[in-house]
Amino acid sequence: MKIITAKKVLTVSVLLSLVLIVIILVSITMGSVKVPPLRSIRILFQSIPGLKRAGNETERTIILSLRLPRAILAGFVGAGLSVSGATFQALLRNPLADPYILGVSSGAAVGAIIAILLGLGVSSFGLPLASFLGALLSILVVFYCGRREGRIHPHTLLLAGVIVGSFLSALIMFFISLSQKEELRTIIFWLMGDFSFSNARAILIVFPYILLGGLFLYLRAGHLNLILSGEESAVQLGVEVERLKLVSYLSASLITAASVSVCGLIGFVGLIIPHSVRLIFGPDHRLLIPASALIGASFLIACDTLARTLLAPVELPVGVVTAAFGGPFFIYLLRTRKAIRTL
Amino acid sequence: MIEVNSVSFRYHEAWVLQEVSFRVEKGEFVGVIGPNGSGKTTLLKLLYRLLAPQRGEILIELAPMKKMDRRDIAKRIAVVAQETQVLFPFSVFETVLMGRSPYLGSLLFESEKDLEIARKAMEWTKILPFSERSIEELSGGERKRVFIARALAQEPEIVLLDEPTANLDIQHQIDFLDLILALNRERGLTIVMASHDMNIASEFCDRLILLQEGRIYQTGTPEEVVTKENIESVYGCEVWVDQHPISGMPRISLLRKGSVER
Repeated sequence: MKIITAKKVLTVSVLLSLVLIVIILVSITMGSVKVPPLRSIRILFQSIPGLKRAGNETERTIILSLRLPRAILAGFVGAGLSVSGATFQALLRNPLADPYILGVSSGAAVGAIIAILLGLGVSSFGLPLASFLGALLSILVVFYCGRREGRIHPHTLLLAGVIVGSFLSALIMFFISLSQKEELRTIIFWLMGDFSFSNARAILIVFPYILLGGLFLYLRAGHLNLILSGEESAVQLGVEVERLKLVSYLSASLITAASVSVCGLIGFVGLIIPHSVRLIFGPDHRLLIPASALIGASFLIACDTLARTLLAPVELPVGVVTAAFGGPFFIYLLRTRKAIRTL
Repeated sequence: MIEVNSVSFRYHEAWVLQEVSFRVEKGEFVGVIGPNGSGKTTLLKLLYRLLAPQRGEILIELAPMKKMDRRDIAKRIAVVAQETQVLFPFSVFETVLMGRSPYLGSLLFESEKDLEIARKAMEWTKILPFSERSIEELSGGERKRVFIARALAQEPEIVLLDEPTANLDIQHQIDFLDLILALNRERGLTIVMASHDMNIASEFCDRLILLQEGRIYQTGTPEEVVTKENIESVYGCEVWVDQHPISGMPRISLLRKGSVER
């Protein structure tokens, strides 16, 4: 009988990890400076100490300091947004939910724009910090508004999130109207998602949140399944529902805040990846969470690679690519859904 | 055994249940009847501690319920609700397996034993043939069976049913009730069923609790509770009560205004 077992989750995860590795390798060989694939891979492997060096200094810098950190960061963010989206869809029992639905993104945007207007560059430490603080602030406000008598009401939370988000959007528009030309371009690119300033530090900022938050959510995967059929039903099966909602809301929000703070608002990934994975593997979170993380990582790395190569040397905002390729693919999945579920 | 000791409950200002006390012995099949808004559903929600009473206490096998761990409650008490929403399509087997959740603890995956228990529950409720189908494809009657199987997979001592026969046609009503009766008689499960249908309640239950505006009006055997006087006083409409021609249990017929005089 078809049910989710540890073996199935492990098999799928290993296969999807292989896909992810291949996509990372392909990604680092592509770009405006041509480095032959085999040499790129050799450069990558001999960064492990003790091996003979290949390639020249420039090529090494391009691969190891530019493309590899960028791919890894895109991978973490793709995984984080997908897991967070899947969680919000379960928590709010709303298929339209995504990581940004509760206003985290608008809070982050206000923080980032203030930093930009204060003259902090995209590559500085100040911008991700300001954006993370903005996101935290919006999480707290929404949480405060969405909680009554110690209980989180999904609909109240949703309304609070949407309204806080709209208010912050007004602030964003206000700041944009005040900004000068160069700042404007930085702001717009940030709002559409931008990996061009990836570095090792950014990876260090996001990965604890995404890894720990993801693990934390995965331990509750079984209970997230139960809450899909309603809170009363989950209580009947022994779930401490309020604690579950609190923990998953905070984990998913922190994952989103950390992701957004290093690369701006990348839309679509957090909505579409969990739905696509559900269409392929079913709704069980024990498989949905790891599969979404790995597919989301692969998808965002692929999109970012396209964003920087399609019109090279001009770079597209990655958000343009995620929507342009993700949308039609999702519609294809939706149309062929029956066939997929009976696989 | 369930013991309810002078329990009062309110959501906001007005009391929904007041000074309610009763006992349900092990292996009994008890019905809770009463008009809309008399507190039947609230009473059931208190019995699995979805809600906690402001006054009084509820004991399960002499242990106060408010001190029990939620997972322990789920191991002893299963609930079949009126309608369960389906947001993302789990299969029948996956849904029944969810009944094992209170036993998993921090484990993420079910053991071979859990699968076997779920399989037996499906066999018993005769849903094994469509165990792979998604529950959103099932009819109302089939879906009810799935949720009984889920309740059975919890291996409970007590099953609470809230308006179980609402929205079912008579064939599925009787199918469902026979299944519940078998749970009671063959497996010795204690059943508490809230129902609108007094004929069903008096036909199937050992004992009835009649609620009026949050208070117990009367408890006793169906013969004692379902009388013309009680029903007319609690529901405020005229009824005719005679005996079921086969079982001899009290049977209620509705009356049109003025039809008795003719």
